[in-house]
Amino acid sequence: MAYSARMTLSVPTSIDETLTLLQSGGYIAARPLATVLFLALKLGRPLFLEGEAGVGKTEIAKVLAQALGRRLLRLQCYEGLDTASAVYEWNYAAQMIEIRLAEAEGIQDRHALGTDIFSERFMIKRPILQALEPDIAGPPVLLIDEIDRADEPFEAYLLEVLSDFQVTVPEIGTVRAAHPPIVILTSNRTREIHDALKRRCLYHWIDYPDAARELEILHARAPGAHARLSAEVVAFVQELRKRDLFKSPGVAESIDWASALTALDKIALDPQTINDTLGVLLKYQDDIARIQGGEAGKILEQIRTQSDTAA
Amino acid sequence: MLAANIAHFARLLRASGMAVGPDRMLDAVTAAEAVGLRRRDDLYWALHAVLVSRHSDQALFDQAFQLFWRDPELLKKALALMLPAISAPAPPLEKTPRRLAEALGLQAGDTPPAGAPDMEIDAALSFSDQELLRKKDFEQMSLEELNQARQAIQKLRLPIQNIRTRRFCSGSNADRVDMHATLRQSLRQGGAIRLHYKRPRRRHPPLVLLCDISGSMSRYSRMLLHFMHAITREQDRVYSFVFGTQLTNISRWLRERDVDDAIGRVAQLVADWDGGTRIGHCLREFNIRWSRRVMAQGPVVILISDGLDRDAALGIGPEIERLHKSCRRLIWLNPLLRYDAFAPKSMGVRAILPHVDEFRASHNLDSLLALADALNRPQTGFGVEKFRSELRAG
Repeated sequence: MAYSARMTLSVPTSIDETLTLLQSGGYIAARPLATVLFLALKLGRPLFLEGEAGVGKTEIAKVLAQALGRRLLRLQCYEGLDTASAVYEWNYAAQMIEIRLAEAEGIQDRHALGTDIFSERFMIKRPILQALEPDIAGPPVLLIDEIDRADEPFEAYLLEVLSDFQVTVPEIGTVRAAHPPIVILTSNRTREIHDALKRRCLYHWIDYPDAARELEILHARAPGAHARLSAEVVAFVQELRKRDLFKSPGVAESIDWASALTALDKIALDPQTINDTLGVLLKYQDDIARIQGGEAGKILEQIRTQSDTAA
Repeated sequence: MLAANIAHFARLLRASGMAVGPDRMLDAVTAAEAVGLRRRDDLYWALHAVLVSRHSDQALFDQAFQLFWRDPELLKKALALMLPAISAPAPPLEKTPRRLAEALGLQAGDTPPAGAPDMEIDAALSFSDQELLRKKDFEQMSLEELNQARQAIQKLRLPIQNIRTRRFCSGSNADRVDMHATLRQSLRQGGAIRLHYKRPRRRHPPLVLLCDISGSMSRYSRMLLHFMHAITREQDRVYSFVFGTQLTNISRWLRERDVDDAIGRVAQLVADWDGGTRIGHCLREFNIRWSRRVMAQGPVVILISDGLDRDAALGIGPEIERLHKSCRRLIWLNPLLRYDAFAPKSMGVRAILPHVDEFRASHNLDSLLALADALNRPQTGFGVEKFRSELRAG
């Protein structure tokens, strides 16, 4: 892909351009995802991505920031996330010293001291406020990761930020983004996100890729893996996803597995290796116990016969 | 033209039960214009991004899209078929005047005033005048008594013991300094800096209810549905499921204000009333499909079942163990526990019992009342201890 630096840095103007943009960053996207992403960029709307763990929700923000040459601001959500760690915090220690100094110098004007203390100089900016500030490279990419881990109060707070791209700091006033950032929210669906928040976003559910796309992804992400190994890894993982497992392996796990097997100098799967490395793919003991041994061998046999008949 | 079509399409979606607000229309038109109309799948995903906001709606959207953007004539017919049904006022929901009258009569009577009394007492007060009713088994109640019991349950309030959250509020006997408040104070007053403190806010954990509605539970399950409705209305973050041969999430329907409407909807939704039970299968279904979505914040889980299983306890063991390990507290309510001679004989009971924190009866109002108390004061091992030796022996 011979893209000049200038081309890569401009926002895509069509779905096809979005696809190539993502591809240049090593992200093999399906057309539906590219469509939604293109719309999000074009309409200036936040993008809400849901899907199982390990299907590349977080990755897309990273790739987008890199391909567009924008700054990536990542906000990892957790229960109890508050404005102090998400938006801004006052630098209390510096403020204390300032007050003490002022008193030592005998400054009487409390009002002036108050406005001085609560000025930008004493402010520690967190990702959301940073995202609203102008940037030479263009509006940054704000990744609000795993929003389902945050609690409802924070979700409610986001409403103002996401609909108007503004934040109200009582001491200073309203900070408004001249150019809205590119916002991507992800959720693993450990709880339902409130409709009010979803309504402000474009919604997309990312599914596991089909075999052909997963193979493409492996070629891009684990280029060292032997062609036969990649094909077998994909076939095996696709087969595993059909099983009734507690946690099906995601794309991230397939990539890890292909890399792990390559590191072990394997060019094809064999039952023993599968058993030894199953922990890369499956993360629950029950699942491992079910697949390990005979079941793994059976799946391997099955995908071999399938590829034989296909060939 | 496009706008009109999209408006029609949105109407179709709404008619089929999806929540598509009018505010989305403008977005949908803009999105469709942005991707252009050259490719059908582009239009599909553009409209999908704007009009769908829930993974479960995807199948519905897909069908509607295939129907709509293929043959406009076909659609006209479809809408014509659907519209009369929609525009006609919904049939008045069953609201027995008797219940209204009784509700009014109660207000005239000497019910305790509904102030904001202490939660713990509240549950007790609402039952005070019905001593007899409280002790009576649901199974032996007359219709009249059942109605009274239902009303009592409607008044039931469940105090769940609050847990520390990671958010803070100001407080005096606390150990964390609230820098923000401290600083504001010292700015106002000057001189020595007086520290302000904050302490973790407390909140009740989420509650997950799993209720058996199989044949052996039939008399109780309807009563317990009332119980579930009462709890759902009272607290946020309550998730309710019923199971027989399959598992159904009924949380959304129980949020309906009117109890008869709510239970009527649940009755329509659930296909396996009074049938057999496959506890192991249903628990597995819950663990795989729902536990990640409702169990993330350490909920208290209440399992309501008699433990009688059609599948001879197949698969119950590992699934109940997983359930137990992923929640804060697992309480098992079993109506059969009312018999003094109850012993963990059935395979289902033997499989479940080792993995519950508390084992309680649920056959009369008193036992539900005791549950209110139990949620406020966890007693790990309650009801389980006395069966432990039997379990070990067998």
